[in-house]
Amino acid sequence: MKKLTTFLTGTAAAIAMTAGAAQAERGSDGHLNILYWQAVSILNPFLSGGTKDVEGSSLIIEPLAKFNEKGEMVPALVDEIPTVENGGVSEDLKSVTWVLSEGLMWSDGTPVTAEDVKFTAEYCMAEDGGCQQVANFTDVESVEAVDERTVKVNFSIAKPYPYGPFVGAQSPIIQKAQFENCVGARAPECTDANFGPIGTGPFVVTRFAANDVIELEANPNYRDPAKPAFATVTLKGGGDAASAARAVMETGEFDYAWNLQVEPEILAQMEAAGRGELISSFGTSVERINLNMTDPSPEKGADRSTVEAGPHPFLSDPAVRRALSIALDRELIVEAGYGETGRPTCNILPAPEAYASKNVDWCLTQDIEEANRLLDEAGWMPGGDGIREKDGVRLSILYSTSTNSVRQATQALVKDMWQQIGVETELRNVDAAVFFGGDPASPDTFQKFYADVLMYTNNFDGTDPEKYMAEWLCDDAPKPQNGWLGANIPRFCSEEYDALVAKMGETAPLEERQALAIQMNDILTNEGAHLPLVHRGDVSAKSMTLNGVLMNSWDSELWNAADWTRAE
Amino acid sequence: MFHYTLRRLMFAVPTLFVISFIIFALLDLAPNDPTGNLPLTIPPEVREQIRMSLGLGEPFHIRYLKWLQQFFIAEPLNFIEQAFGIEIGNSAERVRIRSWATRSPVVDLIVERMPQTLWVVGMSYVVGILIALPVGIISAYRQYSWFDQIGTFVSMVGFSVPTFFTGVVLIVVFSVYLGWFPSIYDTTHRVTGWDSFWVQVRQMILPVMVLALYNAAQLSRFVRASMLDNLNQDYVRTARAKGMKERVVLLVHVLRNSLIPVVTVIALGIPTIFSGAIITEQIFRVNGLGQLLIIAIQGADIPLVQTLTFIFAVLIILCNLIADILYGILDPRIRYD
Repeated sequence: MKKLTTFLTGTAAAIAMTAGAAQAERGSDGHLNILYWQAVSILNPFLSGGTKDVEGSSLIIEPLAKFNEKGEMVPALVDEIPTVENGGVSEDLKSVTWVLSEGLMWSDGTPVTAEDVKFTAEYCMAEDGGCQQVANFTDVESVEAVDERTVKVNFSIAKPYPYGPFVGAQSPIIQKAQFENCVGARAPECTDANFGPIGTGPFVVTRFAANDVIELEANPNYRDPAKPAFATVTLKGGGDAASAARAVMETGEFDYAWNLQVEPEILAQMEAAGRGELISSFGTSVERINLNMTDPSPEKGADRSTVEAGPHPFLSDPAVRRALSIALDRELIVEAGYGETGRPTCNILPAPEAYASKNVDWCLTQDIEEANRLLDEAGWMPGGDGIREKDGVRLSILYSTSTNSVRQATQALVKDMWQQIGVETELRNVDAAVFFGGDPASPDTFQKFYADVLMYTNNFDGTDPEKYMAEWLCDDAPKPQNGWLGANIPRFCSEEYDALVAKMGETAPLEERQALAIQMNDILTNEGAHLPLVHRGDVSAKSMTLNGVLMNSWDSELWNAADWTRAE
Repeated sequence: MFHYTLRRLMFAVPTLFVISFIIFALLDLAPNDPTGNLPLTIPPEVREQIRMSLGLGEPFHIRYLKWLQQFFIAEPLNFIEQAFGIEIGNSAERVRIRSWATRSPVVDLIVERMPQTLWVVGMSYVVGILIALPVGIISAYRQYSWFDQIGTFVSMVGFSVPTFFTGVVLIVVFSVYLGWFPSIYDTTHRVTGWDSFWVQVRQMILPVMVLALYNAAQLSRFVRASMLDNLNQDYVRTARAKGMKERVVLLVHVLRNSLIPVVTVIALGIPTIFSGAIITEQIFRVNGLGQLLIIAIQGADIPLVQTLTFIFAVLIILCNLIADILYGILDPRIRYD
């Protein structure tokens, strides 16, 4: 019944959106309370790439185009998305031309021009600025303001997917007049601008208390005169996920709570109180176990976990990697730790739909017998204590991950499953700030990989997986020479794979790109570079009285806050 | 007494320098990273650039000296400028201590957080004292009576049950089931009249009660023990023998003497008000200094952690000094000259 109601209200909202603009009125629905349990620190996403900061700022500043809840690109500050067909993207794929909508205004009443867009690129690409979103501007050679409303982005190479700059919440447009004196090393000094950017979004900051709360009011110059429906917004931060869920679903003090990574049964119990409901969506996040292809043993000294140390004593055996994979009951892992917000998967690239492979589902069903047979066949025989060994090498795994209750529960389950095939597992967990910190001096970072297997979640921004799939290039393995900065954590290396990555960089037609991505995904899973475990969804909670929310894993969750309304 | 105070103050200077160095070195050695909490979609090269832009490329001693310069010269100068509306030197070029997460001056963040922490944590301290004094006095005067037994039991519970438990229990009872008080503290609320004052009181009740229970439990034991010590003294018997009323004996003679150690305990506890109540602030989202500190630690926001902990160190040393001086004033037998 609930699903039906949601569907009906959703349809009603959709109708209202298309036809009802005349009836609605800006600011007619009063106050909106949003709760982010990680408090927003700054409203300039170029200076902080934290998800909470990007999403908080998405109420105020906007990109040229956003991603909708299905992962499709939709125009925001432009009228149409440039493509090769409509001439917006040049034939040689080296430039893209965006045309701003007519009559766009900043919240201070001045017009938005191509100069602002050009300035935004300069701001992020400036030396010493420490711009955290500079990866979106990879290969950008220059940005030109052709006329008042037309801006052209030139790339140094052919870009089959030219939508890195100015698309999605990570790459919004900022006002030149406001940030002009804040370029490069001066960027952090402009506290007023960083705490209250002038934007084109539905709301304007009235007060910002860092790491605490943002107060906003409707933008008087928002492009749709009937929106937003809410006159004022409070975005409060702090606390923990469970109590944030309680504030929406049990006490009803808040209308929306973000990112509720809480044990599924606790959430279900809160939802039963009836004041709010859970909403979820699936993006590209995959919880995976990376297998170390190189030797992590401490005797290797500085070469530890690099190609120089040689192949891993037992994980380099394909039979072992496959056996470890099919020994896992992914269904059980999902049920125990993720509930509605997870699905078992064998793909490292599970979405968007068109990019998701259906060829590697062999790992979805647990098969202990087959795993044991594979290991027997490969010559790994159980020793006196039941642990398999060959030539003095024991199948004994050091299994590391970040500290998090769901991850530790998963570790315990996996340990038990591997026990059944004669594999011994030692568990370890490292504080997340250290594990993901990337400090080259620390031995516990995931890049160093001083363990046999590592578990964590990764994903990619937007919908194009080219950059993401390039993470498994041979050259991209972390090593002392590159300051342990590589993204190829499992140190996977295959010429065939590298060739496919290069090919994708030259291929423009969408269908071919999809086929290539699927091929790459299949290689990674079949070769056992890692064991994909769970396709993770995002879950948030919204009040029953809040309409128009479209949960989005491809952009900011608040991407369509302009369309949110209060139910009667 | 004056010489003693002066000598103690002079000793405090090297102590504080050593403390600031130890804090800085510990934070530097800790395996933490300011880019650790960023999404993995931000590539490693960009992370390295971020670290450099935060000044992490410079050697340890340079960063420490810079911090000293900013804390002891730039920030006080800025404070003086703001307080008197004057300009000293080139204030636009002066480098202030900036948080890595918010990129704003650390001192401004601390000043912004001060009111809610002082209101909630400070009030709980006051309430705690107001509860502890009568409970301690009656418990001691009627030792082993039912009141004393109940008081002992309640303070044991208050002292041993952690605030993260009592806090959540109070939320479930008073916010979820009864719906009397909000579970989330609204830091944007401004008191403008009786109505808004009442809203402020309502949102303060739960966090203040949680902390007051804890503070009162500790203090009431001190008061009770100190009263018991004095009740058996000869001067009490003398006072009674002179025919003084029991009320006068208890509240004038015994209480005044018993309060001497209690006052020092209270003075020593004052720095804990400023350091906030990390857990309680998190549970009720009071977002005061405690919450600021814990977020900074989690995000490896070193300048913020360094500055906050150092300010706490200064407060602890100052309050220690005040406690010692107070002791001397209250009890003329103890003078340090």
